[in-house]
Amino acid sequence: MDLIYNNIKINAAGTLPDQSAKRKTKDHLFLTLVIFFSAITISLVLLIIGTLVMKGYHQINWAFFTQIAPDTFQAMMAKISGKVIPGGIANGITGSVYLVFLSSVIAIPFGLLIGIFLYENGNKRYAGFIRDITDVLQGIPSIVIGIIIYLWVVVHITHSYSILAGSVSLAIMMLPLIIRSTEESLKMVPDTLKEAAIALGTPYYKVILRVLIPTSFSGLITGILLAISRVLGETAPLMLTTLGNPVINWDVTKPVSAVPLLVWQFYNDPNMVDLIWSSTLFLMGFVLLLNLTSKWIASKQQN
Amino acid sequence: MNEFNSTISSPILSIENLCIAYEQGKLAVKEVTATVEKNSITAIMGPSGCGKTTLLRAINRMYDLYPNITTKGQIKLFNESIYDMSTIKLRRKIGMVFQRPNPFPTLSIYDNVLAGFKLNGIHLKRSERDEIVETSLHDVTLWNEVKDSLHKKGTFLSGGQQQRLCVARALAFKPDIILLDEPTSALDPVATSKIEDLLVNLKKQYTIILVTHNMTQAARISDNSMFMYLGELIEYEKTKTIFTNPKDSRTEGYLTGKFG
Amino acid sequence: MNSDKVLKSVLFTASLLILLISGGMVYSLFRGSMLSFHHFGWNFLISSHWDPTQGKEQYGALPFIAGTIFTSVLALIMAIPMAFSTSLFVAEYFHKTRLASVVNTLVDLLAGIPSIIYGLWGFYILRPFIVEIGLNPQGYGIFTSSLILAIMIIPYATSLSNTTIMMVPNELKEAAYSLGATRLEVIWNVILPNARSGIMASYILAFGRALGETMAVTMLIGNANIIPTSLFSTGNTMASVIANQFGEAGGLQLSALIEIGLLLFLITTIVNAIGKFIIKKIV
Repeated sequence: MDLIYNNIKINAAGTLPDQSAKRKTKDHLFLTLVIFFSAITISLVLLIIGTLVMKGYHQINWAFFTQIAPDTFQAMMAKISGKVIPGGIANGITGSVYLVFLSSVIAIPFGLLIGIFLYENGNKRYAGFIRDITDVLQGIPSIVIGIIIYLWVVVHITHSYSILAGSVSLAIMMLPLIIRSTEESLKMVPDTLKEAAIALGTPYYKVILRVLIPTSFSGLITGILLAISRVLGETAPLMLTTLGNPVINWDVTKPVSAVPLLVWQFYNDPNMVDLIWSSTLFLMGFVLLLNLTSKWIASKQQN
Repeated sequence: MNEFNSTISSPILSIENLCIAYEQGKLAVKEVTATVEKNSITAIMGPSGCGKTTLLRAINRMYDLYPNITTKGQIKLFNESIYDMSTIKLRRKIGMVFQRPNPFPTLSIYDNVLAGFKLNGIHLKRSERDEIVETSLHDVTLWNEVKDSLHKKGTFLSGGQQQRLCVARALAFKPDIILLDEPTSALDPVATSKIEDLLVNLKKQYTIILVTHNMTQAARISDNSMFMYLGELIEYEKTKTIFTNPKDSRTEGYLTGKFG
Repeated sequence: MNSDKVLKSVLFTASLLILLISGGMVYSLFRGSMLSFHHFGWNFLISSHWDPTQGKEQYGALPFIAGTIFTSVLALIMAIPMAFSTSLFVAEYFHKTRLASVVNTLVDLLAGIPSIIYGLWGFYILRPFIVEIGLNPQGYGIFTSSLILAIMIIPYATSLSNTTIMMVPNELKEAAYSLGATRLEVIWNVILPNARSGIMASYILAFGRALGETMAVTMLIGNANIIPTSLFSTGNTMASVIANQFGEAGGLQLSALIEIGLLLFLITTIVNAIGKFIIKKIV
């Protein structure tokens, strides 16, 4: 096929039929590569989750939830006799619940307020600045947050590893997530609803409480659930702030255990290996459950 | 219509019993048969949803991209079935201009004209490239307006200029047929008339099939016109004839503004 | 209205918390590092000497800086083929199909798995595998940790990439197809140039994530305070040395660890800022 432009003959001969085939081959090859690598990625996901399930489920029983972690001697005896390790992770579960509850109490009100602030002030300079700083906060490695809270709370306030320190560190991690999701959820409320309420003479704080928040409720909940699922599995900051506790503890100024901390403890002790899988399975199952729930809520909202 | 089809002296494209369905059982185009004349401007008109754009896009097999759309029937270019040739080859012979101007924003005007070659991996000498760009831009009467900014990105041009650039891009391969899908619906009247003049000029070298929502545009520039309604080809005639003496009452209804 | 004014001040005051926390963090990190900085100055950054023995304490952060950078860079390199392919799979090839949303959800799950679980999986499954196929006798080291890191950051790399790829207007793709391009050519010539910034930003953000990762790396890197010299040598990262030694450190060692924390903070903040900046330019 030759193209003739005025007096210049563009010779594309020979490139037509052959090129076609070559390009089609390249096209198919690329698609194969894409599918191949995507398949690898998916297999990894399934592999990781599958391993946990398979290795962990037989250690999960009633005692798992209600008894505190065994000490290494008990575990060793059980291992030798091939029995299921006695005890469970009750101290870890209660610790995690306490920590997350406390950090939610701290983070949710502030997160909502600041999210509302950003929503109200849109693109003004100060608000933009706060938004940027919030993003920075979100990107700080969790261990650095652990260092900070160690310095602030462990050293200066409770003079010991404590639940308070752990909660504050988790709260700081939850805060940016809640702030951003609050702002985004509020932005999705149609302006007309807001305007209708204002036109009726409603004071603005009531508009927020009675119209904006209820309408964006599922978005807010999603953000909170996601934030919680994020911090449930955190280990590093807790290592520097609450350290762990072999018994269940309710004193806010004293250390407490948490499921990830227990997992770390078990990891460091060769007798506890079996217990690791069940605790991990439990932890991950719970985290993923929260994750999927919040995504499901989010998708319901969209419809 | 079969009579009109047989009066076409130099047929270039023949559509035979074409059916296109979007989902099970819902036909967007029903049994369309038409022969297009070489070096003519053929307009396809009709109310919204009549299937004209659907018909147009079948001609260069755009539906291969959307597997849920099925087609039945035959389309032949110079007596060769378009389904027998590769889409790469087909789309060099049949070019397309879209409703909203869509020059590639990351490419300069110069590169936009040559985009077809670049995408197909065809290497050209510098002199060949310059020649193609200058000729194509001259053909669309854009050369004088952009010759000093060939290497700027095309997005600073006005809507009308962008659309002419898109025509130039479609012309680079010197296709046999150019398909245009409501090319002026997003343009102002001045730009529209420039494009219309351009098309009248181009038909000396190319065959033009034009979907238009504006029947007066069809009346102004086309040689032959098709009127479609609810997926069927109701009437296909010389434009003069269809406007002065429509045979079908639905055609008449559309042309006199009773509906659509 | 009075209540409106009160509302405004309440909201404004709440916003101050962000400034307080971030400012306080920077302040505390600097203050905590002072002791170490006085002792070692800028040498801290280039010295590899790490010795906590009482009486002749010497601390240098170079091995950890090197370890962090090596593992994160390697992780990104390993993650890119998988992240890129998955993005194309979900956002282009199988866009809008059920398969794509299943794949997308599965990949997102990766982001929800806690770091310690990755570490365990790496330790009990990946490491023995690597030992078994003979890549390395012990299985610890840069390669293993980078591999786990790579898996961890895939979801971060794909989510923003997906959005950007889906934002490329359909008309541009159709224009390219109408000129006879194959799918690969459309991806290469139309989608990529238009989605380039977003994809890059997502990789930068994924990189930032890898830099700060602690638990999984700590469990797999071998905890040797040396500058890694090869793909399979052991080493340490800034995050992992803090995790390992913070509990029992005091005085000068503590200050050195805090200084490392400060470094980590600065590096991750800069990397993330670059990524966010690119995103702002697109939107």
